[in-house]
Amino acid sequence: MATTVKIPIKDQNLVSSLQDFFKTMLRDGDINGLMVAQHMPVKSAVMPTLVTDPDKLDTADPLAPVFPINAAKVVSKLTRKPLGGKVAVVLRPCEIRAFIELVKLKQGRVDDVVLIGMDCLGAYSNVQYPEFAGDNAMEATLRFYQNIQEGKGTACNGFDVSPACKACEYPIPENADVLIGLVGVDLKDHLLVKANTVRGEELLENLGLSSTSEPEKRRKEIEKLVAERLAYRDQMFSETSEVTSDVEKLVGYLSNCVNCYNCRVACPVCYCKECVFLTDVFDHEPSQYLRWAKRKGILKMPTDTVFFHLTRIAHMSTACIGCGQCSNACPNNIPVMEIFRTVAHYTQKAFDYEAGRSLEDEPPLSIFREDEFQEVVAKMH
Amino acid sequence: MADFEPTIIAFVCNWCTYTAADLAGTSRLTQPPNVRMIRMMCTGMVDPKYVIKALLEGADAVLISGCHPGDCHYINGNLKARRRVKLLKEILPRFGFDQRRVKLTWIGASEGIDFANTMKELVDEVRELGPNQVRKQMVI
Repeated sequence: MATTVKIPIKDQNLVSSLQDFFKTMLRDGDINGLMVAQHMPVKSAVMPTLVTDPDKLDTADPLAPVFPINAAKVVSKLTRKPLGGKVAVVLRPCEIRAFIELVKLKQGRVDDVVLIGMDCLGAYSNVQYPEFAGDNAMEATLRFYQNIQEGKGTACNGFDVSPACKACEYPIPENADVLIGLVGVDLKDHLLVKANTVRGEELLENLGLSSTSEPEKRRKEIEKLVAERLAYRDQMFSETSEVTSDVEKLVGYLSNCVNCYNCRVACPVCYCKECVFLTDVFDHEPSQYLRWAKRKGILKMPTDTVFFHLTRIAHMSTACIGCGQCSNACPNNIPVMEIFRTVAHYTQKAFDYEAGRSLEDEPPLSIFREDEFQEVVAKMH
Repeated sequence: MADFEPTIIAFVCNWCTYTAADLAGTSRLTQPPNVRMIRMMCTGMVDPKYVIKALLEGADAVLISGCHPGDCHYINGNLKARRRVKLLKEILPRFGFDQRRVKLTWIGASEGIDFANTMKELVDEVRELGPNQVRKQMVI
């Protein structure tokens, strides 16, 4: 039976109660550091921080509805070689799932980290969040959850969470070592904490938290939330498929793309250390452009835009965990998340694979079997 | 388009299909001139982007052809290629490319006749399919 305990809410303040929990954990738990999102001294910026001093957690706020980067990328930096200590990392479900993909691609290790996942109700875009948060960003986090508890959902003051979050059917970090539960929990009284693994149980030992049990209504509320998101997701899939169903439409869809490759930089699972599109493979001879132009009498510059996106899809779609950082990073508001997630859904289905689910599932393009996919081999002559 | 002549890009492996093509040539077998062959050391090194690039540049079909399973010079490169072709056949039709425009075949080094026949059948099939949608696209 998994250990289930609770973090009491003091002064009706979710954020400071959670900070107290992290301070205790860093002081008394068997860890050398804690990675958690914090408000930066500069207003409204929320970034992951690696903390070793419990007194430096006064602006920690992993509940803030924003994540400027998918933190799986920084956890990968922390774990690619032995870290020399144990660090607990507080992540969103999509960040955990991206990290699992990176571990399978040998770009991270789970040995030195304890994954703490939080139920995720979604995040605003990098552009919207500062407007929403205003001058008092921690108060804004409380406003966000107040709104949800009052049954008004994630839309607040005319802002709402990003389409990627609305379409995310994984709001619960089932594969974390320690889960911090919000959905179906009485947030006026406590936060739910559940250890899913031995590593998680070890972390929760000695923290002096009183045990509890998962509330009855939690399961039901999770089911309801997932059902809403699946409905949004499936509609997004069909609408996106419709507007990109041939090359002409796809060219139109991507017509604002300026080849900045921000979507690739922001993507936690675009795994190549050096992207081929930045190598001299694409430093074409100047005379080559003229030859290309002469073929149809016109050549769109910069070239290789559609080629880039289709190649990215071919490389990362089986690992796409749908975090939406691609869209978050796009300077021209191209709905790239929609297209990547839609294709990813079908390619993952084709290989009976679910990105980020488990370390046990082998990435589709890293393995093969002798007798499979006979239908793709043409029988001719 | 009655007089449509397809252009087909073929990525063939050095050890099997390229040798078969050589055999077909030296045996003076008749073959259609529509296929542009690119010799690879192994089908296992055909990155999906090569296929995507060929189709976006207007190739009417792309053939990947290597050794029969079990005969790969590098033990299993052809089986890796099969997974990548499976992937491409999922992705490309979502953007309007008929999945028949990506072909994977196994043609062994001794199968010159099979090679010539496969090329004829492939060209006929693609002629039936008509030109790649990209050809009509002014800018891409």
